[in-house]
Amino acid sequence: MDWFENGWGLSLIVFLPVVGALAVLAIPKAKESLVKWTALAFSLVTLALAIALAVQFDYSAADTYQFGTAMDTSWISAINAHFHIGVDGISLPMVLLAAFITVLVIIYSWNHWPEPHNPKLLLAFVLILATGMTGTFVALDLVLFFVFFEVVLLPMYFMIGIWGDRGITEVPVVRWKIEMRLYASLKFFVFTLFGSAFMLLGFLALYFRSEEMLGYRSFSMIELSEIGAAGAFTGTFAFLVFAGLFVGFAVKVPMWPFHTWLPDAHTAAPTIGSVILAAVLLKLGTYAFIRIAIPILPDQAVAWAPFIGVLAVIGIIYGSLACLAQTDVKRLIAYSSVGHMGFVMLGIATMTEIGINAAIIGMVAHGLITGLLFFIAGSMAHRYHTRDMGRLGGNMILMPKMGLLLGFAAMASLGLPSLAGFWGEFMSLMASFSPLEAIQATSLFRVLMVIGAIGTVLTAGYMLYMLRNVNFGEPSEEWADHEFEDVDSFEWLAWAPLVIGTIAIGIFPKIVFGATNDAVGGLLQKAFGG
Amino acid sequence: MSAIDYHALLPEIILATTVLVTLVVDLMTRKKYLVAITAMVGMFAAIVPVLTLTFCDSLEFCTATGADRVLFGGSYVVDAYALVFKGVFIFAAFIALLLSIGYLEMDRYYEGEYYFLLIASALGAVAMASSRDFVTMIVALELVSGPAFLLAGWRKGDPRSNEAALKFFITGVIALALLLFGVSLLYGLTGTQQFDQLAVASAGVAEMPLFTLGVIFVLLGFGFKVSAVPFHFWTPDTYEGAPPPVTAWLSVGSKGAGFVGLLSVTYLAFPEVSHIWGPVLWLVALLSMTVGNIVAIKQTNVMRLLGYSSIAQAGFMLAPFGAAAASNADNLDQAFSATVTYLVIYAVMNLGAFAVAIIIGSRVGSYELEDWAGLNRWAPGLAMALAVFFMSLAGIPPLAGWFAKFAMFQATIGVGNWWGYSIAIAAAINAVIALVYYSNVLKVAFMDPVPQGVDIEAFESAEVPGPIGFALGLTAFGVILLGVFPGLAANLGEFSAQVVASIGLG
Repeated sequence: MDWFENGWGLSLIVFLPVVGALAVLAIPKAKESLVKWTALAFSLVTLALAIALAVQFDYSAADTYQFGTAMDTSWISAINAHFHIGVDGISLPMVLLAAFITVLVIIYSWNHWPEPHNPKLLLAFVLILATGMTGTFVALDLVLFFVFFEVVLLPMYFMIGIWGDRGITEVPVVRWKIEMRLYASLKFFVFTLFGSAFMLLGFLALYFRSEEMLGYRSFSMIELSEIGAAGAFTGTFAFLVFAGLFVGFAVKVPMWPFHTWLPDAHTAAPTIGSVILAAVLLKLGTYAFIRIAIPILPDQAVAWAPFIGVLAVIGIIYGSLACLAQTDVKRLIAYSSVGHMGFVMLGIATMTEIGINAAIIGMVAHGLITGLLFFIAGSMAHRYHTRDMGRLGGNMILMPKMGLLLGFAAMASLGLPSLAGFWGEFMSLMASFSPLEAIQATSLFRVLMVIGAIGTVLTAGYMLYMLRNVNFGEPSEEWADHEFEDVDSFEWLAWAPLVIGTIAIGIFPKIVFGATNDAVGGLLQKAFGG
Repeated sequence: MSAIDYHALLPEIILATTVLVTLVVDLMTRKKYLVAITAMVGMFAAIVPVLTLTFCDSLEFCTATGADRVLFGGSYVVDAYALVFKGVFIFAAFIALLLSIGYLEMDRYYEGEYYFLLIASALGAVAMASSRDFVTMIVALELVSGPAFLLAGWRKGDPRSNEAALKFFITGVIALALLLFGVSLLYGLTGTQQFDQLAVASAGVAEMPLFTLGVIFVLLGFGFKVSAVPFHFWTPDTYEGAPPPVTAWLSVGSKGAGFVGLLSVTYLAFPEVSHIWGPVLWLVALLSMTVGNIVAIKQTNVMRLLGYSSIAQAGFMLAPFGAAAASNADNLDQAFSATVTYLVIYAVMNLGAFAVAIIIGSRVGSYELEDWAGLNRWAPGLAMALAVFFMSLAGIPPLAGWFAKFAMFQATIGVGNWWGYSIAIAAAINAVIALVYYSNVLKVAFMDPVPQGVDIEAFESAEVPGPIGFALGLTAFGVILLGVFPGLAANLGEFSAQVVASIGLG
């Protein structure tokens, strides 16, 4: 299996989906089932390779990059950028998550096509997204990272804009009436590009400054982390670079106050678009904080930590309160993401082993649980033709299986112990009790911990509020006489893995920690020493 | 006087011959497609010596005469920089030719002179790349512009085409006048009009206000040619009124020739006085990208939109010039390389954008954006091509445009002072503004419903004319190739930047 270990296996995981996208585009529009099977086949092979990767992964050396290409695989020689990829314990769970979600989304699409019906284009976009997502998680070169980070924009823009919600919305301030999907897609595109433009400026600044210590200019994350830990980037320079990276990553996460694109995008997107956005795309931002911002600029990360922690907790409280004010099920779930990503960022802000492990398991759990929630919300909207909680109710009577799954997902989302959502919230609060000493803001973080704990109560509040409105009670007259098809077989196929994953990680968090623990330890060791 | 190096002049000789042969063929035969074929053959033939000159070292029959072939006492130089742009211009003219063949078939204004004029203009651009004194440069520049004035007014019966030609002509003449005035001032002060001698002589007179005035007038002249703000007002009208294939040539060939002139003048003739031209071009770059982008948002006509987009793109290309301003000479070659890289990528993607716009526009019978609504329903392939080129112009990876912007950011940040940082930040904000109108085109094509009363079936069944389709395929391939392997464009940039490094400043 030499070829597999020498970067070819990982390269296949990254690029097979895009090959699949081209194949799908080459198939005539009329052969719809061939389109579906081709897309599924490519995503399944990718998943199989990703699982093989996880099996072969050397967990005793989780803090090293494995299965990677050689560091000097040239890509753009003029700027010393390399095609350098590899996985360690931090990126492995993310790669698996992305591969899994892609397959599930394609299975779910089998009989849930959003209007206008165009499976060929939709599946091609899903596969391109898969390449962008996995590529971002395995890139070890800043230019490569940037390219993959941006590749996801265009397919997601089209997905929201073409297949999105056709309801009319009013643009804030200027009060133009415009279709939801058009407003949301443009907002998503512009916000993210705005962030990544500044991120790119930050990358370039690091590239030029690296010459002072290395003797040559480098985009390599590994080399930059090494010299970053050795104190190569200091002063105003480092502050400005971190600010650039922060804007780029925080928009993607999204952190309060950069979050405003998220509720619109999630609500307007077709079901599978919301699932991919929530389950994977949001993680690109948090992953980048762990992979790039902390190791390369450790001093700045420490200096910014209280600020990030405060924003994270504002996000938790703000997201929860916003949820309580929603009438649209999808919008509620979207705001809940703001809160959950707040917990993830709080964990990262503590810069401790527990905190960052919490962040990663929180990312995985949020991917599984919120993915499931969006799937269910989409399927329900498909049946009821509304997402308005004022009109819903009595779902347990109308569709008992659907109602049960919604209840399960809501419980998981509010952080019920023994389900996956618990670990991320609990551990990031625990880590806030004693953040990294260098931050010198222990008492602030303890205050944040208390406020965050109040946030978990609010989370329970809005999830129960949603369940009460949607699941419980008697069906209103509008639906009482309707016959609804309960969860169908494609939905079971797409959702069962998410349910199983949520329970498995809830009971055995070691599934994730087994990979991440050493990797996080190694990362912090290199960045902060001791 | 040494013997003339005919190998070095072969591209120009072949193009000049083609110019004459197309005229003769047009007279001799009624089969008009023969004229087009003659023109194509000429273009193909002209690229051969560009390649043999580039790879001269590894070819047996090629007698190398040192790194650079210097002709006519230094007035005409065939070096790496010149060869890169000869290649770009021949490619651009070739694409413009393909676009024209398809377009002229649909148009009633066919004349054999069209090809004659287009190739003459291309010859000017090719000569421009080698010009290293002001007289040669102005002759080349006018050879680019003169035929282009006529081409812009090609649709004689259309008042907008007449307006296009007239505006283009008048501003072109003003630009020439300003340029000549500046050149005469410089000649009067230094006694030379050859670039390498000016570079030496300028040190002695750099303090004189009249010299500054001369440099600024030269910059103003080129400002019109590259359609930078505030010398841009002719651009949208001309782009809208001229036949679209001509617009394609103007936006790449004519503008590119202007940029080559600007590169040669600033970096080769005035490297010692970058404190004069740097701040001026910094301001022009800032204005171009900002004004071009903001005005482009409101455009409803695709050709006007591409016009403003090309103004904004000119701003991005000028940014490295401005950044190199108040800095030391060691960053000049990097700024130069970035502009060359940008120009190469811009040429490919902008020609592609025109190719797809011409196909759609002539099928719909309109370049008004609202008439393109629902394009994805009746021509998914064309809609995809539209997405590829417009997103490349917006700079979204993995399409070539991302690296153009990347190289520009790299050069501006790399300068390491606030001239560079400020223009880089301005460019970053502008890249986001540009996304608004580029993505608006995609919104109309992919997300809006087909207008009522449109016969989709007629659109669906229409075929793409072969030559334009070929041009589209070629540019699309180029945009994706350069996007995934941007090293190719970066190497061309570095290759041509040798010319700056070799003049050895200090």
